[in-house]
Amino acid sequence: MTPTSTLYADAPARHVFFSPARIWAIATNTLLDLIRQKVFYFLLIFAVLAIGISPFINQFNFQDQFQFLKDMCLGAMSIFTWLLSVLATAMLLPKDIEDRTLYTILAKPVPRFEYLLGKFLGIMLLLFISLLLMSVIFVITLYGREQFALADTMRYYANAPADVLQAQLKSIHDASFTISLIPGILIIFVKGSIFASLTLLISTFASSMIFTIMVSVACNFIGHLQAIARDVWLSPGTAGPLARSFLALVALVFPDLQLFNLVDDIVAGNTISLILFTKTAALGALYTCIYLLLAYFIFAAKEL
Amino acid sequence: MDTTAQPDDLLLETAPLTRRRWFRLTMVFVFLLIFGAIRVPMEVELNKEHRAAFFHGAKLDMSLRQQIGQMSFLAALGGFRAVVADGLFIMAHVDWQNTQWGKMLFLYNNVTALQPRNVMFWDTAAWQMAYNASAYYLNDPREPHMALRLKRQHEYFLIGEDFLKRGIANNPDHFKLYESLGMVYRDKLFDHYNASLQFKSAAQFPDSPTYEVRFAAYELSYSPGHEHEAYDELVRLYKMGEKEWLPTLLKRIKDLQEQLNIPANQRINIPENELPPHH
Repeated sequence: MTPTSTLYADAPARHVFFSPARIWAIATNTLLDLIRQKVFYFLLIFAVLAIGISPFINQFNFQDQFQFLKDMCLGAMSIFTWLLSVLATAMLLPKDIEDRTLYTILAKPVPRFEYLLGKFLGIMLLLFISLLLMSVIFVITLYGREQFALADTMRYYANAPADVLQAQLKSIHDASFTISLIPGILIIFVKGSIFASLTLLISTFASSMIFTIMVSVACNFIGHLQAIARDVWLSPGTAGPLARSFLALVALVFPDLQLFNLVDDIVAGNTISLILFTKTAALGALYTCIYLLLAYFIFAAKEL
Repeated sequence: MDTTAQPDDLLLETAPLTRRRWFRLTMVFVFLLIFGAIRVPMEVELNKEHRAAFFHGAKLDMSLRQQIGQMSFLAALGGFRAVVADGLFIMAHVDWQNTQWGKMLFLYNNVTALQPRNVMFWDTAAWQMAYNASAYYLNDPREPHMALRLKRQHEYFLIGEDFLKRGIANNPDHFKLYESLGMVYRDKLFDHYNASLQFKSAAQFPDSPTYEVRFAAYELSYSPGHEHEAYDELVRLYKMGEKEWLPTLLKRIKDLQEQLNIPANQRINIPENELPPHH
Protein backbone atom coordinates (compact mmCIF):
# COMPACT_ATOMS: atom_id res chain seq x y z
CA MET A 1 0.00 0.00 0.00
CA THR A 2 1.57 3.30 -1.01
CA PRO A 3 1.50 6.35 1.26
CA THR A 4 -0.70 8.09 -1.28
CA SER A 5 -3.29 5.36 -1.08
CA THR A 6 -3.41 5.64 2.74
CA LEU A 7 -3.87 9.36 2.49
CA TYR A 8 -7.62 9.31 2.84
CA ALA A 9 -7.92 6.57 5.43
CA ASP A 10 -8.94 9.02 8.14
CA ALA A 11 -10.10 11.84 5.88
CA PRO A 12 -13.56 13.31 6.26
CA ALA A 13 -16.12 12.26 3.72
CA ARG A 14 -16.44 15.73 2.22
CA HIS A 15 -13.91 16.29 -0.53
CA VAL A 16 -11.80 19.42 -0.22
CA PHE A 17 -11.11 21.14 -3.52
CA PHE A 18 -7.63 22.29 -2.56
CA SER A 19 -5.69 20.30 -0.01
CA PRO A 20 -2.12 21.26 1.02
CA ALA A 21 -1.90 17.88 2.80
CA ARG A 22 -2.50 16.03 -0.46
CA ILE A 23 0.05 18.19 -2.27
CA TRP A 24 2.57 17.60 0.51
CA ALA A 25 1.95 13.83 0.34
CA ILE A 26 2.63 13.83 -3.40
CA ALA A 27 5.68 16.06 -2.91
CA THR A 28 7.25 13.86 -0.23
CA ASN A 29 6.53 10.74 -2.26
CA THR A 30 8.19 12.32 -5.27
CA LEU A 31 11.21 13.21 -3.15
CA LEU A 32 11.41 9.71 -1.66
CA ASP A 33 11.13 8.18 -5.09
CA LEU A 34 14.01 10.35 -6.35
CA ILE A 35 16.11 9.53 -3.27
CA ARG A 36 15.51 5.81 -3.90
CA GLN A 37 16.99 6.37 -7.34
CA LYS A 38 20.24 7.41 -5.59
CA VAL A 39 20.38 10.90 -7.07
CA PHE A 40 22.42 12.11 -4.10
CA TYR A 41 25.43 10.10 -5.27
CA PHE A 42 26.38 13.20 -7.23
CA LEU A 43 27.36 14.74 -3.90
CA LEU A 44 30.35 12.41 -3.84
CA ILE A 45 31.51 13.91 -7.12
CA PHE A 46 30.98 17.37 -5.68
CA ALA A 47 32.96 16.54 -2.53
CA VAL A 48 35.79 15.01 -4.56
CA LEU A 49 35.84 18.15 -6.72
CA ALA A 50 35.84 20.50 -3.71
CA ILE A 51 38.58 18.66 -1.86
CA GLY A 52 40.46 17.23 -4.82
CA ILE A 53 41.11 20.62 -6.40
CA SER A 54 43.57 21.51 -3.61
CA PRO A 55 46.75 19.92 -5.01
CA PHE A 56 46.26 21.78 -8.29
CA ILE A 57 45.96 25.23 -6.74
CA ASN A 58 48.53 25.00 -3.95
CA GLN A 59 51.12 26.86 -6.01
CA PHE A 60 48.95 30.00 -5.96
CA ASN A 61 48.64 32.46 -3.09
CA PHE A 62 45.81 32.11 -0.57
CA GLN A 63 43.60 34.73 -2.20
CA ASP A 64 43.89 32.95 -5.55
CA GLN A 65 43.20 29.59 -3.92
CA PHE A 66 40.02 30.86 -2.25
CA GLN A 67 38.95 32.41 -5.53
CA PHE A 68 39.41 29.15 -7.46
CA LEU A 69 37.72 27.11 -4.76
CA LYS A 70 34.69 29.40 -4.68
CA ASP A 71 34.46 29.57 -8.47
CA MET A 72 34.73 25.80 -8.87
CA CYS A 73 32.31 24.95 -6.07
CA LEU A 74 29.66 27.49 -7.03
CA GLY A 75 30.08 26.56 -10.70
CA ALA A 76 29.59 22.90 -9.78
CA MET A 77 26.55 23.86 -7.67
CA SER A 78 25.05 25.62 -10.70
CA ILE A 79 25.72 22.66 -12.99
CA PHE A 80 24.38 20.03 -10.59
CA THR A 81 21.30 22.10 -9.76
CA TRP A 82 20.57 22.61 -13.44
CA LEU A 83 21.11 18.91 -14.24
CA LEU A 84 18.96 17.79 -11.33
CA SER A 85 16.15 20.18 -12.13
CA VAL A 86 16.02 19.19 -15.80
CA LEU A 87 16.63 15.43 -15.55
CA ALA A 88 14.54 14.78 -12.45
CA THR A 89 11.61 16.83 -13.79
CA ALA A 90 11.80 15.37 -17.28
CA MET A 91 11.32 11.84 -15.96
CA LEU A 92 8.45 12.65 -13.59
CA LEU A 93 5.45 12.30 -15.89
CA PRO A 94 6.80 9.56 -18.21
CA LYS A 95 7.81 7.46 -15.18
CA ASP A 96 4.45 7.90 -13.48
CA ILE A 97 2.67 6.93 -16.70
CA GLU A 98 4.95 3.92 -17.19
CA ASP A 99 4.50 2.77 -13.56
CA ARG A 100 0.76 3.48 -13.76
CA THR A 101 1.13 5.56 -10.60
CA LEU A 102 -0.39 8.52 -12.37
CA TYR A 103 -3.64 6.61 -13.02
CA THR A 104 -3.79 5.39 -9.43
CA ILE A 105 -3.45 8.91 -8.10
CA LEU A 106 -5.81 10.58 -10.57
CA ALA A 107 -8.41 7.86 -10.09
CA LYS A 108 -8.75 9.20 -6.56
CA PRO A 109 -10.27 12.62 -5.93
CA VAL A 110 -6.96 14.39 -6.56
CA PRO A 111 -7.27 17.33 -8.95
CA ARG A 112 -4.68 17.46 -11.67
CA PHE A 113 -3.27 20.79 -10.47
CA GLU A 114 -2.61 19.26 -7.05
CA TYR A 115 -0.79 16.38 -8.66
CA LEU A 116 1.32 18.75 -10.77
CA LEU A 117 2.02 21.08 -7.86
CA GLY A 118 2.93 18.14 -5.62
CA LYS A 119 5.37 16.81 -8.21
CA PHE A 120 6.92 20.26 -8.63
CA LEU A 121 7.27 20.73 -4.87
CA GLY A 122 8.98 17.34 -4.67
CA ILE A 123 11.57 18.53 -7.16
CA MET A 124 11.95 21.79 -5.23
CA LEU A 125 12.60 19.82 -2.04
CA LEU A 126 15.22 17.78 -3.87
CA LEU A 127 16.93 20.92 -5.18
CA PHE A 128 16.80 22.56 -1.77
CA ILE A 129 18.32 19.56 0.03
CA SER A 130 20.96 19.14 -2.67
CA LEU A 131 21.99 22.79 -2.55
CA LEU A 132 22.03 22.72 1.23
CA LEU A 133 24.29 19.67 1.32
CA MET A 134 26.56 21.10 -1.36
CA SER A 135 26.75 24.39 0.56
CA VAL A 136 27.72 22.51 3.73
CA ILE A 137 30.51 20.66 1.90
CA PHE A 138 31.62 23.93 0.32
CA VAL A 139 31.70 25.85 3.60
CA ILE A 140 33.54 23.05 5.43
CA THR A 141 36.17 22.88 2.67
CA LEU A 142 36.56 26.65 2.62
CA TYR A 143 36.76 26.80 6.41
CA GLY A 144 39.44 24.11 6.51
CA ARG A 145 41.52 25.95 3.92
CA GLU A 146 41.01 29.25 5.76
CA GLN A 147 42.29 27.73 9.03
CA PHE A 148 45.32 26.37 7.22
CA ALA A 149 45.96 29.78 5.62
CA LEU A 150 45.59 31.59 8.95
CA ALA A 151 48.01 29.25 10.71
CA ASP A 152 50.53 29.57 7.90
CA THR A 153 50.27 33.37 7.82
CA MET A 154 50.65 33.68 11.60
CA ARG A 155 53.78 31.56 11.41
CA TYR A 156 55.17 33.58 8.48
CA TYR A 157 54.43 36.98 10.02
CA ALA A 158 55.35 35.99 13.57
CA ASN A 159 57.96 38.76 13.85
CA ALA A 160 56.06 41.39 11.84
CA PRO A 161 54.33 44.41 13.48
CA ALA A 162 50.86 43.67 14.86
CA ASP A 163 49.03 45.86 12.33
CA VAL A 164 50.76 44.12 9.39
CA LEU A 165 49.78 40.72 10.78
CA GLN A 166 46.20 41.90 11.35
CA ALA A 167 46.00 43.24 7.78
CA GLN A 168 47.16 39.88 6.43
CA LEU A 169 44.70 37.94 8.56
CA LYS A 170 41.89 40.29 7.52
CA SER A 171 42.70 39.77 3.85
CA ILE A 172 42.41 35.99 4.38
CA HIS A 173 39.07 36.35 6.20
CA ASP A 174 37.77 38.64 3.45
CA ALA A 175 38.84 36.21 0.71
CA SER A 176 37.19 33.24 2.43
CA PHE A 177 33.45 32.67 2.99
CA THR A 178 31.46 35.89 3.18
CA ILE A 179 27.77 36.54 3.79
CA SER A 180 27.51 38.01 0.28
CA LEU A 181 27.82 34.46 -1.13
CA ILE A 182 24.45 33.45 0.34
CA PRO A 183 22.33 35.48 -2.15
CA GLY A 184 24.41 33.91 -4.92
CA ILE A 185 23.52 30.41 -3.70
CA LEU A 186 19.85 31.40 -3.33
CA ILE A 187 19.80 32.71 -6.90
CA ILE A 188 21.08 29.30 -8.06
CA PHE A 189 18.01 27.81 -6.35
CA VAL A 190 15.70 30.35 -8.03
CA LYS A 191 17.22 29.51 -11.39
CA GLY A 192 16.76 25.81 -10.62
CA SER A 193 13.06 26.43 -9.95
CA ILE A 194 12.71 28.17 -13.33
CA PHE A 195 14.34 25.21 -15.08
CA ALA A 196 12.16 22.74 -13.20
CA SER A 197 8.91 24.55 -14.02
CA LEU A 198 9.93 25.05 -17.65
CA THR A 199 10.85 21.38 -17.98
CA LEU A 200 7.54 20.42 -16.38
CA LEU A 201 5.72 22.59 -18.91
CA ILE A 202 7.58 20.92 -21.78
CA SER A 203 6.97 17.45 -20.40
CA THR A 204 3.19 17.99 -20.34
CA PHE A 205 3.07 18.01 -24.14
CA ALA A 206 6.31 16.16 -24.99
CA SER A 207 6.12 12.79 -26.65
CA SER A 208 9.20 11.39 -24.88
CA MET A 209 11.64 12.08 -22.07
CA ILE A 210 14.49 12.63 -24.55
CA PHE A 211 12.43 15.28 -26.30
CA THR A 212 11.75 17.03 -22.97
CA ILE A 213 15.44 17.04 -22.03
CA MET A 214 16.59 18.23 -25.45
CA VAL A 215 14.06 21.07 -25.60
CA SER A 216 14.84 22.07 -22.02
CA VAL A 217 18.59 22.15 -22.71
CA ALA A 218 17.93 24.19 -25.86
CA CYS A 219 15.77 26.60 -23.83
CA ASN A 220 18.66 26.96 -21.39
CA PHE A 221 21.08 28.04 -24.11
CA ILE A 222 18.56 30.28 -25.87
CA GLY A 223 17.56 31.77 -22.51
CA HIS A 224 21.16 32.76 -21.88
CA LEU A 225 21.26 34.47 -25.29
CA GLN A 226 17.84 36.08 -24.92
CA ALA A 227 19.29 39.33 -23.56
CA ILE A 228 21.43 39.76 -26.69
CA ALA A 229 18.41 39.07 -28.93
CA ARG A 230 16.29 41.52 -26.92
CA ASP A 231 18.91 44.28 -27.07
CA VAL A 232 19.24 43.95 -30.85
CA TRP A 233 15.47 43.83 -31.26
CA LEU A 234 14.98 46.96 -29.16
CA SER A 235 17.81 48.88 -30.87
CA PRO A 236 16.41 50.37 -34.08
CA GLY A 237 18.43 50.01 -37.25
CA THR A 238 20.64 47.14 -36.06
CA ALA A 239 18.93 44.41 -38.07
CA GLY A 240 16.54 43.89 -40.97
CA PRO A 241 12.76 43.52 -40.40
CA LEU A 242 12.83 39.73 -40.78
CA ALA A 243 15.74 39.32 -38.39
CA ARG A 244 14.13 41.70 -35.90
CA SER A 245 10.87 39.75 -36.03
CA PHE A 246 12.76 36.57 -35.25
CA LEU A 247 14.68 38.25 -32.42
CA ALA A 248 11.43 39.65 -31.02
CA LEU A 249 10.00 36.15 -30.99
CA VAL A 250 13.04 34.85 -29.11
CA ALA A 251 12.89 37.73 -26.62
CA LEU A 252 9.17 37.30 -25.99
CA VAL A 253 8.99 33.52 -25.71
CA PHE A 254 12.19 32.67 -23.82
CA PRO A 255 13.15 33.82 -20.33
CA ASP A 256 16.20 36.02 -19.76
CA LEU A 257 18.40 33.61 -17.84
CA GLN A 258 21.39 35.97 -17.78
CA LEU A 259 19.53 37.95 -15.12
CA PHE A 260 20.03 34.99 -12.80
CA ASN A 261 23.76 34.64 -13.49
CA LEU A 262 24.86 36.68 -10.53
CA VAL A 263 27.07 34.20 -8.77
CA ASP A 264 30.11 34.82 -11.03
CA ASP A 265 30.17 38.48 -10.09
CA ILE A 266 29.33 37.80 -6.45
CA VAL A 267 32.32 35.46 -6.13
CA ALA A 268 34.47 38.16 -7.72
CA GLY A 269 33.58 40.45 -4.82
CA ASN A 270 30.37 42.13 -5.96
CA THR A 271 27.63 42.52 -3.40
CA ILE A 272 23.94 42.53 -4.24
CA SER A 273 21.56 44.79 -2.36
CA LEU A 274 18.53 43.27 -0.67
CA ILE A 275 16.18 45.21 -2.97
CA LEU A 276 17.92 44.04 -6.11
CA PHE A 277 18.05 40.47 -4.85
CA THR A 278 14.33 40.57 -4.00
CA LYS A 279 13.45 41.95 -7.44
CA THR A 280 15.51 39.26 -9.17
CA ALA A 281 14.06 36.48 -7.02
CA ALA A 282 10.54 37.85 -7.58
CA LEU A 283 11.04 37.76 -11.35
CA GLY A 284 12.22 34.16 -11.00
CA ALA A 285 9.14 33.32 -8.93
CA LEU A 286 6.93 34.96 -11.57
CA TYR A 287 8.48 32.84 -14.33
CA THR A 288 7.99 29.73 -12.23
CA CYS A 289 4.32 30.52 -11.51
CA ILE A 290 3.55 31.27 -15.15
CA TYR A 291 5.23 28.09 -16.39
CA LEU A 292 3.40 26.04 -13.77
CA LEU A 293 0.11 27.63 -14.74
CA LEU A 294 0.70 26.84 -18.40
CA ALA A 295 1.81 23.32 -17.54
CA TYR A 296 -1.49 22.81 -15.74
CA PHE A 297 -3.41 24.32 -18.66
CA ILE A 298 -2.00 21.64 -20.97
CA PHE A 299 -2.01 18.82 -18.43
CA ALA A 300 -5.65 19.45 -17.56
CA ALA A 301 -6.66 18.52 -21.11
CA LYS A 302 -4.10 15.78 -21.55
CA GLU A 303 -5.60 12.49 -22.66
CA LEU A 304 -4.40 9.83 -20.23
CA MET B 1 -26.27 -3.97 -29.91
CA ASP B 2 -22.62 -4.00 -30.91
CA THR B 3 -20.61 -2.10 -28.35
CA THR B 4 -17.20 -2.76 -29.95
CA ALA B 5 -15.76 0.46 -31.28
CA GLN B 6 -14.82 0.40 -34.95
CA PRO B 7 -11.55 1.99 -36.14
CA ASP B 8 -13.46 4.81 -37.85
CA ASP B 9 -15.36 5.58 -34.65
CA LEU B 10 -12.10 5.79 -32.74
CA LEU B 11 -10.72 8.21 -35.28
CA LEU B 12 -13.82 10.35 -34.98
CA GLU B 13 -13.40 10.40 -31.21
CA THR B 14 -9.69 11.18 -31.10
CA ALA B 15 -9.72 13.86 -33.79
CA PRO B 16 -11.40 16.54 -31.64
CA LEU B 17 -9.04 15.70 -28.79
CA THR B 18 -6.01 16.25 -30.99
CA ARG B 19 -7.51 19.48 -32.25
CA ARG B 20 -8.16 20.49 -28.65
CA ARG B 21 -4.57 19.67 -27.74
CA TRP B 22 -3.24 21.79 -30.58
CA PHE B 23 -5.63 24.56 -29.62
CA ARG B 24 -4.27 24.48 -26.08
CA LEU B 25 -0.66 24.51 -27.31
CA THR B 26 -1.45 27.51 -29.52
CA MET B 27 -3.08 29.23 -26.56
CA VAL B 28 0.05 28.59 -24.48
CA PHE B 29 2.21 30.07 -27.22
CA VAL B 30 -0.02 33.16 -27.46
CA PHE B 31 0.01 33.50 -23.68
CA LEU B 32 3.82 33.27 -23.67
CA LEU B 33 3.94 36.09 -26.22
CA ILE B 34 1.61 38.25 -24.12
CA PHE B 35 3.56 37.45 -20.97
CA GLY B 36 6.75 38.28 -22.89
CA ALA B 37 5.37 41.67 -23.90
CA ILE B 38 4.64 42.39 -20.23
CA ARG B 39 7.92 41.11 -18.80
CA VAL B 40 10.41 42.47 -21.41
CA PRO B 41 10.20 46.05 -20.04
CA MET B 42 10.64 44.59 -16.54
CA GLU B 43 13.69 42.63 -17.69
CA VAL B 44 15.20 45.67 -19.39
CA GLU B 45 14.73 47.71 -16.22
CA LEU B 46 16.15 44.97 -13.98
CA ASN B 47 19.08 44.53 -16.34
CA LYS B 48 19.83 48.26 -16.04
CA GLU B 49 19.75 47.99 -12.25
CA HIS B 50 22.06 44.97 -12.36
CA ARG B 51 24.53 46.83 -14.55
CA ALA B 52 24.41 49.86 -12.26
CA ALA B 53 25.39 47.48 -9.45
CA PHE B 54 28.32 46.23 -11.61
CA PHE B 55 26.75 42.91 -12.64
CA HIS B 56 26.92 41.44 -16.18
CA GLY B 57 29.95 43.55 -17.12
CA ALA B 58 31.59 40.78 -19.16
CA LYS B 59 31.99 41.49 -22.85
CA LEU B 60 30.87 38.23 -24.42
CA ASP B 61 31.31 39.20 -28.06
CA MET B 62 32.43 37.43 -31.22
CA SER B 63 36.09 38.38 -30.85
CA LEU B 64 36.15 36.69 -27.43
CA ARG B 65 34.42 33.66 -28.93
CA GLN B 66 37.17 33.37 -31.55
CA GLN B 67 39.85 33.65 -28.90
CA ILE B 68 38.61 31.25 -26.24
CA GLY B 69 36.95 28.69 -28.51
CA GLN B 70 33.36 27.70 -29.00
CA MET B 71 33.01 25.37 -26.00
CA SER B 72 34.47 27.85 -23.54
CA PHE B 73 32.33 30.59 -25.00
CA LEU B 74 29.20 28.47 -24.65
CA ALA B 75 30.15 27.62 -21.07
CA ALA B 76 30.70 31.31 -20.36
CA LEU B 77 27.32 32.14 -21.88
CA GLY B 78 25.72 29.34 -19.90
CA GLY B 79 26.62 30.89 -16.59
CA PHE B 80 30.08 29.43 -16.01
CA ARG B 81 32.16 32.49 -16.79
CA ALA B 82 34.08 32.27 -13.53
CA VAL B 83 35.13 28.66 -14.13
CA VAL B 84 36.26 29.41 -17.70
CA ALA B 85 38.15 32.48 -16.49
CA ASP B 86 39.86 30.41 -13.78
CA GLY B 87 40.91 27.83 -16.37
CA LEU B 88 42.44 30.52 -18.59
CA PHE B 89 44.10 32.14 -15.56
CA ILE B 90 45.75 28.82 -14.63
CA MET B 91 46.87 28.43 -18.26
CA ALA B 92 48.46 31.88 -18.06
CA HIS B 93 50.21 30.81 -14.86
CA VAL B 94 51.69 27.79 -16.67
CA ASP B 95 52.79 30.09 -19.51
CA TRP B 96 54.49 32.31 -16.96
CA GLN B 97 56.61 29.34 -15.89
CA ASN B 98 57.58 28.99 -19.56
CA THR B 99 58.07 32.80 -19.95
CA GLN B 100 55.59 33.00 -22.84
CA TRP B 101 54.71 36.64 -22.30
CA GLY B 102 52.79 37.17 -25.54
CA LYS B 103 50.52 34.22 -24.83
CA MET B 104 50.06 35.42 -21.26
CA LEU B 105 48.97 38.83 -22.48
CA PHE B 106 46.44 37.17 -24.80
CA LEU B 107 45.10 34.98 -21.97
CA TYR B 108 44.93 37.80 -19.43
CA ASN B 109 42.95 39.90 -21.89
CA ASN B 110 40.42 37.05 -22.12
CA VAL B 111 40.39 36.40 -18.38
CA THR B 112 39.65 40.04 -17.60
CA ALA B 113 37.04 40.23 -20.38
CA LEU B 114 35.25 37.26 -18.81
CA GLN B 115 35.52 38.41 -15.20
CA PRO B 116 35.88 42.21 -15.22
CA ARG B 117 34.74 42.44 -11.58
CA ASN B 118 37.57 40.29 -10.31
CA VAL B 119 40.17 42.71 -8.98
CA MET B 120 42.73 39.94 -8.49
CA PHE B 121 42.75 39.14 -12.24
CA TRP B 122 43.42 42.74 -13.26
CA ASP B 123 46.05 43.15 -10.58
CA THR B 124 47.89 39.93 -11.46
CA ALA B 125 47.76 40.70 -15.19
CA ALA B 126 49.20 44.16 -14.60
CA TRP B 127 51.90 42.86 -12.25
CA GLN B 128 52.96 40.15 -14.72
CA MET B 129 53.23 42.67 -17.55
CA ALA B 130 54.65 45.73 -15.79
CA TYR B 131 57.05 43.91 -13.48
CA ASN B 132 57.89 40.45 -14.81
CA ALA B 133 57.53 40.74 -18.59
CA SER B 134 59.25 44.16 -18.59
CA ALA B 135 62.18 42.77 -16.57
CA TYR B 136 62.44 39.83 -18.94
CA TYR B 137 62.59 42.07 -22.00
CA LEU B 138 65.17 44.35 -20.40
CA ASN B 139 67.43 41.32 -20.11
CA ASP B 140 66.27 39.58 -23.28
CA PRO B 141 69.28 37.51 -24.41
CA ARG B 142 67.99 37.45 -28.01
CA GLU B 143 68.10 41.24 -28.35
CA PRO B 144 71.63 42.68 -28.51
CA HIS B 145 70.56 46.37 -28.69
CA MET B 146 70.01 48.02 -25.34
CA ALA B 147 67.79 50.74 -26.86
CA LEU B 148 65.40 48.13 -28.23
CA ARG B 149 65.40 46.24 -24.94
CA LEU B 150 64.50 49.45 -23.11
CA LYS B 151 61.77 50.15 -25.66
CA ARG B 152 60.23 46.70 -25.12
CA GLN B 153 60.53 47.13 -21.38
CA HIS B 154 58.68 50.44 -21.56
CA GLU B 155 55.98 48.91 -23.75
CA TYR B 156 55.27 46.34 -21.04
CA PHE B 157 55.14 49.07 -18.38
CA LEU B 158 52.41 50.68 -20.46
CA ILE B 159 50.58 47.36 -20.93
CA GLY B 160 50.57 46.96 -17.15
CA GLU B 161 49.30 50.51 -16.76
CA ASP B 162 46.58 49.84 -19.33
CA PHE B 163 45.38 46.73 -17.46
CA LEU B 164 45.10 48.74 -14.25
CA LYS B 165 43.29 51.63 -15.92
CA ARG B 166 40.77 49.24 -17.48
CA GLY B 167 40.50 47.43 -14.18
CA ILE B 168 39.70 50.68 -12.38
CA ALA B 169 37.09 51.55 -15.01
CA ASN B 170 35.38 48.23 -14.19
CA ASN B 171 36.03 48.38 -10.43
CA PRO B 172 35.94 52.02 -9.38
CA ASP B 173 34.68 50.93 -5.96
CA HIS B 174 37.81 49.05 -4.86
CA PHE B 175 41.06 50.60 -3.56
CA LYS B 176 43.47 47.85 -4.63
CA LEU B 177 43.83 48.75 -8.31
CA TYR B 178 44.38 52.45 -7.54
CA GLU B 179 47.18 51.39 -5.21
CA SER B 180 48.72 49.07 -7.82
CA LEU B 181 48.53 51.80 -10.47
CA GLY B 182 50.21 54.18 -8.03
CA MET B 183 53.02 51.66 -7.58
CA VAL B 184 53.48 51.28 -11.35
CA TYR B 185 53.75 55.07 -11.69
CA ARG B 186 56.09 55.25 -8.70
CA ASP B 187 58.37 52.29 -9.38
CA LYS B 188 58.28 51.86 -13.14
CA LEU B 189 57.22 55.03 -14.91
CA PHE B 190 58.64 57.42 -12.26
CA ASP B 191 55.60 59.64 -12.63
CA HIS B 192 55.41 60.73 -9.01
CA TYR B 193 52.56 63.17 -9.38
CA ASN B 194 50.25 60.58 -10.96
CA ALA B 195 51.42 58.05 -8.38
CA SER B 196 50.40 60.50 -5.66
CA LEU B 197 46.97 60.96 -7.24
CA GLN B 198 46.41 57.20 -7.37
CA PHE B 199 47.46 56.65 -3.74
CA LYS B 200 45.20 59.53 -2.77
CA SER B 201 42.30 57.89 -4.61
CA ALA B 202 43.03 54.58 -2.85
CA ALA B 203 43.10 56.38 0.52
CA GLN B 204 39.50 57.59 -0.02
CA PHE B 205 38.17 54.07 0.61
CA PRO B 206 37.33 53.28 4.23
CA ASP B 207 38.78 49.76 3.97
CA SER B 208 42.09 50.88 2.45
CA PRO B 209 45.32 50.46 4.46
CA THR B 210 46.48 53.50 6.42
CA TYR B 211 49.74 53.75 4.47
CA GLU B 212 47.92 55.00 1.34
CA VAL B 213 47.74 58.54 2.77
CA ARG B 214 51.48 58.51 3.57
CA PHE B 215 52.33 57.08 0.14
CA ALA B 216 50.33 59.88 -1.51
CA ALA B 217 52.22 62.49 0.49
CA TYR B 218 55.63 60.92 -0.20
CA GLU B 219 55.01 60.84 -3.94
CA LEU B 220 53.73 64.41 -3.94
CA SER B 221 56.96 65.46 -2.25
CA TYR B 222 58.89 64.14 -5.27
CA SER B 223 56.64 65.95 -7.76
CA PRO B 224 58.23 69.14 -9.11
CA GLY B 225 56.01 72.18 -8.45
CA HIS B 226 54.04 70.49 -5.66
CA GLU B 227 56.61 70.72 -2.87
CA HIS B 228 54.69 73.24 -0.75
CA GLU B 229 51.51 71.22 -1.01
CA ALA B 230 53.45 68.08 -0.09
CA TYR B 231 55.18 69.75 2.84
CA ASP B 232 51.84 70.89 4.30
CA GLU B 233 50.47 67.35 3.96
CA LEU B 234 53.54 65.76 5.55
CA VAL B 235 53.40 68.21 8.47
CA ARG B 236 49.70 67.43 8.87
CA LEU B 237 50.54 63.74 9.13
CA TYR B 238 53.41 64.48 11.52
CA LYS B 239 51.06 66.36 13.82
CA MET B 240 48.73 63.36 13.98
CA GLY B 241 51.04 61.78 16.52
CA GLU B 242 53.96 59.46 17.07
CA LYS B 243 52.42 56.57 15.17
CA GLU B 244 52.93 58.58 11.99
CA TRP B 245 56.58 59.42 12.73
CA LEU B 246 57.96 56.85 10.41
CA PRO B 247 61.53 57.19 9.11
CA THR B 248 60.52 57.97 5.51
CA LEU B 249 58.02 60.63 6.63
CA LEU B 250 60.63 62.31 8.84
CA LYS B 251 63.20 62.19 6.07
CA ARG B 252 60.85 63.74 3.52
CA ILE B 253 59.98 66.55 5.95
CA LYS B 254 63.62 67.20 6.65
CA ASP B 255 64.52 67.21 2.94
CA LEU B 256 61.65 69.53 2.04
CA GLN B 257 62.51 71.91 4.86
CA GLU B 258 65.95 72.25 3.27
CA GLN B 259 64.60 72.43 -0.27
CA LEU B 260 61.92 75.03 0.53
CA ASN B 261 64.13 77.06 2.86
CA ILE B 262 61.63 76.89 5.68
CA PRO B 263 62.61 79.44 8.35
CA ALA B 264 64.39 77.83 11.29
CA ASN B 265 61.75 78.87 13.80
CA GLN B 266 59.02 77.16 11.75
CA ARG B 267 60.92 73.93 11.16
CA ILE B 268 60.18 70.64 12.84
CA ASN B 269 63.26 69.50 14.67
CA ILE B 270 64.03 65.98 13.54
CA PRO B 271 66.91 64.23 15.31
CA GLU B 272 69.36 62.35 13.07
CA ASN B 273 68.80 59.06 14.92
CA GLU B 274 65.10 59.10 13.89
CA LEU B 275 65.98 59.06 10.18
CA PRO B 276 66.49 55.95 8.04
CA PRO B 277 70.03 54.51 8.28
CA HIS B 278 70.92 55.40 4.66
CA HIS B 279 70.09 59.06 5.20
